[in-house]
Amino acid sequence: MSGISTLSDVLAIFLHSASLSLMAVGGGITLLPEFHRFLVAEKLWISDLQFTSAVALAQSSPGPNILFVSLLGWNAGFNGGGYAYALLSGIAAMLGIIVPSTTLTLLITRWAHRNQEMRLLRAFKQGMAPLVIALLFATVWVLVSANDVPARDWKLWALSAVSFVVLWRTKFHLLWLLGTGAVLGGFGLV
Amino acid sequence: MAASSENTAAAQPDSDLQHPRSPGDLFWSFSALALQGFGGVFAVAQREMVDRKRWVTREQFLGDFAAAQILPGPNMVNFALMMGDRTFGLRGAFAALAGMLFFPGILVLALAILFSNIGSLPEVQGALRGMGAVVAGLIASSAARLIGALKESVMGLLPCVLFIIAAFIAVGLLHVPMVWVLFVVGGMAWFWAWRQLGAVRVQRTGA
Repeated sequence: MSGISTLSDVLAIFLHSASLSLMAVGGGITLLPEFHRFLVAEKLWISDLQFTSAVALAQSSPGPNILFVSLLGWNAGFNGGGYAYALLSGIAAMLGIIVPSTTLTLLITRWAHRNQEMRLLRAFKQGMAPLVIALLFATVWVLVSANDVPARDWKLWALSAVSFVVLWRTKFHLLWLLGTGAVLGGFGLV
Repeated sequence: MAASSENTAAAQPDSDLQHPRSPGDLFWSFSALALQGFGGVFAVAQREMVDRKRWVTREQFLGDFAAAQILPGPNMVNFALMMGDRTFGLRGAFAALAGMLFFPGILVLALAILFSNIGSLPEVQGALRGMGAVVAGLIASSAARLIGALKESVMGLLPCVLFIIAAFIAVGLLHVPMVWVLFVVGGMAWFWAWRQLGAVRVQRTGA
């Protein structure tokens, strides 16, 4: 395992990210196999274990999931050249993933905003609304059914149900509930 | 955002929208939003942007959400750009984007350095499980709140419900990749809405 140790390596990780940017759909998790191929198998910049733990960490940390890209860059840089290259590579990988899609998004949304009375665009907004709601319910289903042993998991389900009612009917701050969930889980009560 | 506007928000009609005061307001608002987003940033966005700050209506939010999903690039990044660009142009877009990535980025790197030591502790994994259960409740509450927006839809309530059921079965139960569901079921819903908008126009000009 070598890691990123020259500026041309930094450029390489930036360009690789940039080439994938327009293929990132949803949260960008669909890019994982391609990053794995490039960083672990082809360049040998990070290990398999570093790869999987970086992804797990980015998933459980607050913020957009796409931050896993900066963690991968960080690890690759750290393996090759310590903290300086870690920071440089993390930023380069993140910029690469963001700049092309950002440019395209701004161009398209500005065009859509100028033409917002167009029937096709109004139909898009209305037509997609049920899909968005269905995706939210599907996400809930996936999260809840990951814990599927009733005798053990009923307390987790109860916590989800209570959170649902509180957040639906009140303006109670989310962080209090997240904190409660963390404490209950940390002490093994759910 | 003033506390009073948050407390009275529930009683106000959709037309009474607020605006971010400055690019700085966008930066801090999106920072706060991103730092609350454990696994479900979009549900937090609904709660913050629609219910608390009232920067967009439910209908606009659903449209933006769908567009952010379909446009290439990470969906939360797209969403931040759209919200920022609409109010303060390029400065706003970059302020919102920076808010979305700056503090969470620092946090995830700090955790990476820490986590290699504590990540396998049962207490830490239990805490993550507990937070995950709350997030499931959060996402369900967002979906429940957004359903109200369908009452004003030109598509009609029954077609909306059928599209919801079809998309839910495809993604949740059959595990079809989301992109395909958006193209196929979404395409049908798009066409249906387009047709219905045409019918409304004919009725108006005919009367």
